Amino acid sequence: MTSSVLARLPGASAENMPEGRQESWLAVWLRGIAGVVELEVRKLWHDPTEVFTRAVQPALWLLIFGEAFSRLRAIPTGGVSYLTFMAPGILAQSMMFISIFFGIAIIWERDLGLMQKMLALPLPRSVFILGKALAAGVRSLAQVVVVIIISLLIEIPLRWQLVPLLGVIATVMIGAMIFASFSMILASIVKTRERFMGLGQLFTMPFFFASNALYPISIMPPWLQVLSRINPLTYVVNLLRGFLVTGQVNASADFGILIVVAVVMVVVATKLYPTAIY
Amino acid sequence: MVETEIVHVENLTKLFGHKAAVDHISFSVPQGEVFGLVGPNGAGKTTTVKMLTTLLPSSGGSASIHGYDIRKHPSQVRRFIGYVPQALSADGDLTGYENLLMFCKLLGISGTERPRRIQEILEMMDLTEAAHRRVKQYSGGMVRRLEVGQAMLMRPSVLLLDEPTVGLDPVARRTVWDLLNSFRQQYPLSILITTHYMDEAEALCDRVAIMNHGHIAALDTPAALRAGTGNPEATMEDAFRFYTGGDYAEEADYRDVKRTRKIARRLG
Repeated sequence: MTSSVLARLPGASAENMPEGRQESWLAVWLRGIAGVVELEVRKLWHDPTEVFTRAVQPALWLLIFGEAFSRLRAIPTGGVSYLTFMAPGILAQSMMFISIFFGIAIIWERDLGLMQKMLALPLPRSVFILGKALAAGVRSLAQVVVVIIISLLIEIPLRWQLVPLLGVIATVMIGAMIFASFSMILASIVKTRERFMGLGQLFTMPFFFASNALYPISIMPPWLQVLSRINPLTYVVNLLRGFLVTGQVNASADFGILIVVAVVMVVVATKLYPTAIY
Repeated sequence: MVETEIVHVENLTKLFGHKAAVDHISFSVPQGEVFGLVGPNGAGKTTTVKMLTTLLPSSGGSASIHGYDIRKHPSQVRRFIGYVPQALSADGDLTGYENLLMFCKLLGISGTERPRRIQEILEMMDLTEAAHRRVKQYSGGMVRRLEVGQAMLMRPSVLLLDEPTVGLDPVARRTVWDLLNSFRQQYPLSILITTHYMDEAEALCDRVAIMNHGHIAALDTPAALRAGTGNPEATMEDAFRFYTGGDYAEEADYRDVKRTRKIARRLG
């Protein structure tokens, strides 16, 4: 029985390719990405605790911070209630929090030896970055469900029809890819969990507060406006708010910027990722 | 019969800053041979394996696997190697079956072929009954067997095992040895193994390279290495001391020790 598996073991040089056929570069690439995503999803499936614990934070922001600040009426929201204004911002923030700590998995897997084994597989290395970035997106999508539930519970009027929902999913996926790749870049540079945790905390605050998640850019001082405009989270919030609240979306400009940033992040992360094991 | 050379290494060098972790080493591994790199922690064994698996770029010299240069054709090289890293690399959150399944998918083994190959690997590694348990609950020996199984899934020409029995209890070590010995009797698979256990080198390897300070101090069959000391009663330990002049690399730094302890702890 066992002999049949390995009957044509070594020396089968040309045959040694998977299935003995020549796969196209694209097929290998897509198969690799799908494999990495499936691996991550299976892990999440076995232990979904994280999905639930992550749900707490956006709930607290909306229920406590949101309810309190909606009494203030000090923030210009463009004619909608403050809770409605901030809900897309909280969704964006929650996606960013999940993604920006995703890189710690790289350090963990490096320490475990899992990463070494993956990198020794006959797959292009971009597969691992893209696969993990997409997996961060899948995790973040759980937050969309959380925000939907809360908004129904406390009656925040959001546009949850099919088209805006698809737009929200696309935005959350691409935003998660940006912040997850950024996180993997950080992890490849700092290499230890302790340093990474510190840096992760350090970056989440400016990304969150120097964006239009909680207040419009128009009320910021000029220097902060500049920061907000180079902050990818701002464009994520623009899109989410457009889809969910105003119905006015500047899709080509905002998606365009996010796609460019995502490509740059993925390319840099692909270059740096293998150096995490040195 | 002409021996087919699977691994060929010539003057391979790795510098970290000014320090040579691997310093102009040369050796080759023919088809079917079990070749051991033996030496203390910090001798350059793991660095050598990382270069051969294309994880770490070399600083000088050359190496090829199945005729493919590790620097020029890394993706070709990775097609012929099965690699089991030192740390426990099976995914504890998944079942043994899933670990194999996911590797099949990543390797592009077709859906019709997968069940057959997974079942055969499970049988060969004696893991059929534990297949649907999570790897977290496996014993150290079982994890190692699963990892060797993963590495064998794609029918490699050479299996690279980095300290395969570190942290295992004596019984589990013996099972891993038996497994590797039975492989080599059945298939013309080359195996490159690193270890700091002299008895392991003797039990498994056809030829052994004694590494120290990044150099190969001696390279021969275990019997010839022992005989070379001039003492007919010499053990591999004695041979090791003889060829290194007792000057062990005391370079097992804090990180190495920490890692070894961590692996031992995870193995329970």
